Amino acid sequence: MPDAIVSLQHVDKWYGENHVVKDLNLDILEGEFLTLLGPSGCGKTTTLRMIAGFEDATSGTITVQGERVEEKEPYQRDVNTVFQNYSLFPHLTVYDNVAYGPSIKKVPKAEIRKRVTEMLHLVQMDGYEKRKPEALSGGQKQRVAIARALINNPRVLLLDEPLGALDLKLRKQMQIELKRLQKKLGITFVYVTHDQEEAMTMSDRIAVIRNGVILQIGAPMEIYDRPNCRFVADFIGESNVLSGTVRRVNGTSLSVETPDGMVLTHGDGFREGEDIYISIRPEYLSVQEKPHEGFTLRARVKDFIYMGTVVKTSLDLPNGQELKLSRFEADSSLREGDERFVWWEPEKSIPIHREEGER
Amino acid sequence: MMKQISNRKLRRQKRNRFFGALYASIIYALFYIPVLVMIQFSFNDAKRNYSWEGFTTMWYGKLFSFRNHDLWEALVYSLIIAVIATIISVAIGVLGGVGLKKFEFRGKRFINLMLYVPIVVPEIVLAVSMLIIFMTIGIKLGMGTIVIGHCTFCIPYAVVTIKGRISGDNETLQEASMDLGANRLQTFWRVTIPSIMPGILSAAFLSFTLSIDDVIMSNMLASARQSTLPVLILSVNRTGVTPDINALTTIMVLVMVAGMLLLSAVQRARAKKEAREIAEMEKRISTMHSMVE
Amino acid sequence: MNGASTAKKRHNRLPAIAQAGPVSLWMILFVTIPMLFIIFISFMTRGSFGGVEYTPTLTSYETLADVIYLNVILKSLRVALVTTVVCLLLGYPFAYYIARKPADVASRLIMLLMIPLWTNSLMRLNAWMLLFQTNGPVNKALLGLGFVEKPVTFLYTDGLVLLGLITNFLPFAVLPMYSSIEKLQTAMLEASADLGAKPSVTFFRVTLPLTFPGIFSAIILTFIPALGTYTITDMLGGGKVLYIGNIIKNQFGTIRNWPLGAALSVLLLLVTALLIFVYSRFAKIEDMEVL
Repeated sequence: MPDAIVSLQHVDKWYGENHVVKDLNLDILEGEFLTLLGPSGCGKTTTLRMIAGFEDATSGTITVQGERVEEKEPYQRDVNTVFQNYSLFPHLTVYDNVAYGPSIKKVPKAEIRKRVTEMLHLVQMDGYEKRKPEALSGGQKQRVAIARALINNPRVLLLDEPLGALDLKLRKQMQIELKRLQKKLGITFVYVTHDQEEAMTMSDRIAVIRNGVILQIGAPMEIYDRPNCRFVADFIGESNVLSGTVRRVNGTSLSVETPDGMVLTHGDGFREGEDIYISIRPEYLSVQEKPHEGFTLRARVKDFIYMGTVVKTSLDLPNGQELKLSRFEADSSLREGDERFVWWEPEKSIPIHREEGER
Repeated sequence: MMKQISNRKLRRQKRNRFFGALYASIIYALFYIPVLVMIQFSFNDAKRNYSWEGFTTMWYGKLFSFRNHDLWEALVYSLIIAVIATIISVAIGVLGGVGLKKFEFRGKRFINLMLYVPIVVPEIVLAVSMLIIFMTIGIKLGMGTIVIGHCTFCIPYAVVTIKGRISGDNETLQEASMDLGANRLQTFWRVTIPSIMPGILSAAFLSFTLSIDDVIMSNMLASARQSTLPVLILSVNRTGVTPDINALTTIMVLVMVAGMLLLSAVQRARAKKEAREIAEMEKRISTMHSMVE
Repeated sequence: MNGASTAKKRHNRLPAIAQAGPVSLWMILFVTIPMLFIIFISFMTRGSFGGVEYTPTLTSYETLADVIYLNVILKSLRVALVTTVVCLLLGYPFAYYIARKPADVASRLIMLLMIPLWTNSLMRLNAWMLLFQTNGPVNKALLGLGFVEKPVTFLYTDGLVLLGLITNFLPFAVLPMYSSIEKLQTAMLEASADLGAKPSVTFFRVTLPLTFPGIFSAIILTFIPALGTYTITDMLGGGKVLYIGNIIKNQFGTIRNWPLGAALSVLLLLVTALLIFVYSRFAKIEDMEVL
């Protein structure tokens, strides 16, 4: 196993009465692209800022390259940050912005020139040296901000929602470029975002955070296919979540009673009588006119939405819950108002333990 | 598990905070010492203020026996000038602030430049140049000329204050109002004025304080017969200020502070009320959402 | 067709005239014209019994070059410069301290700064005089502590005038610098630290350049009024110490040499214009913090 380049052990952060990061343990591996993913206010940015040194942890230890850094000021830490709103110095040109780091370290002028040119080339901003930040577009500012952070050769680059201010198309393009850049340079990226799609596209590993706690950490596909709680299932991708009670366990096959009928799912470690959730991705949901074996769930077709490559069908369960089904092609036999039986391959659905008191 | 880390950092931060507070206190002392001394000498048991001769409240009593004709006349004169100058400055300032923000016309840049002149040019230069004009045309010096002088430096401040209050969505509001059938005048009274009310209030407060404290214009543009309170103070300073002037100034400060506290309390109450309404609205919306879900 | 379009145009212009008209008229009548007129007067001849004779001459400006006046001008410039420098040095850390406080605390601290300004400025100057009387509390303290043998004469000295100038103008230096520093985003300072700059380096390379508009506004709001004041110098200098402002004032009072007063006023106008010009070379005029 590769070494952890950044390690957070039992890190807590309080703002007055607010406990924003709770006993956080996280090992960030050398050379990986790790994303801290979560809704706003979940503590992901605070975690990043504690690694950078802008915030002090209330307790716990943070090590970077095996060295404790809690007492180090941000300017003493070998990590660099790409800020949410770029934070380019408005009074300096693009060249001087990028040269800021090495010029503070008293690197010879000629060397600085060489490295700035290199960096601007790396982010495809050659020829913009003399511009002021105000004369750049959002995407260009972001490239300069990345060049400015990378010129110090950090082992770890921290990125705080760097694409948040860009429009959708540019964001998609920058996602790919950032990923390529990270592979090419081979340095560790710690990336903060609330956009699960962005996280899925770029990351080697994703840590899903809510209320200051890491709920699940793992490779994108792992988290997508095996969410360990309802929140992760809901937050990552689209999901239909049904609640029900396990009625029969047959090896790994579970028969579950939902308010609207029986369904099948597949999983280990569940016992009869347990209340659980079942998560099914819209692409795995199927409907047919006759009940499928083990399923007695009926739903009424509500409407269709055409979304370019896929067609989304909404179905209403008798209790009012809405199910989503997505296919590459419209099922021409379906009409609005039709009643159908719902089923899925049990292996494609995910049973999730329900916490005490969770609805 | 409340192991305190980064102790050194914490200590340094604490030390910096202490020295910051100490420094700020020294600067505040520099501002407040003269005010406190001024108040102290309103209780001075002496005919004229040179040195401290003992405590008395006599001067407040004397002040309110209204026998100090000169002092009260000067105060009333100052107040009348300040009120008139404030009304004119705010009226022209509101119109001008809105107009200069909204309309494009030839010479607008020039007018904007002219608005900066009274703010940056020494007041004596402004006063003297107006004095020469008035004397040359033969306008009699007196309350009228002082009011004109005060308005000339109050209007730019009023315009700047109000311009700062007009935000981008103000334009949209006006358009919405006219779209709903209000004419320009109705829009101005019912939409524009209420939306910049805080700006109008602070412009009025600023104009009033600038006018009531002014010495230079009031001195240069006054007739020989009647002077404003600050000019009176300037003239008696050489022979010694009488403690009743301190008493009067003390009362004026208290009135001003009370007025300012009232103004900010009103503004805060309004902001709070708005925030509450917004919160309630959001709550309603979110309950609606959860019902839909 | 033509008639319709002019009618429409007139209709559109009315609100503009109604709103921007009064302020434009006022500024032209009471700022532009007087300013032009005073420049005109400065090139005229002094009337025998006061007033002006409309014969062009450069006499007033030649008079200014006289050693007596030149010394006063240089001294005024020097005192205004010292006042400005001290106000900047004292005011910047103070403004920084306030601006880095949470918004609600900062607005209270600013309020605390404004309250003394509502006390008549002459009465505040008078209070300094009372403190620095020959037998006043400051002298008593100095004698009591044994720092001096006999009372020091503070009254009517340049030193006391300077104290008056500084305490009078310091708030006006603090306010624009405060609003500049307040606008400075913490993210800028963090970005600088992130790139390896120590706080002192960050201060000189990021904070100072970015708060330049506030600093320069403070210079303008301190230097120019300090150069033109006559009340502070009158009160604390007792008329013994003459500055430009006193001389201008005297030309319109006892001495009645209008063209000379006008020429001195033009000199102040030029200094102002020069400062504004220098400012416009470095930053946008619209960014100037005058309020």
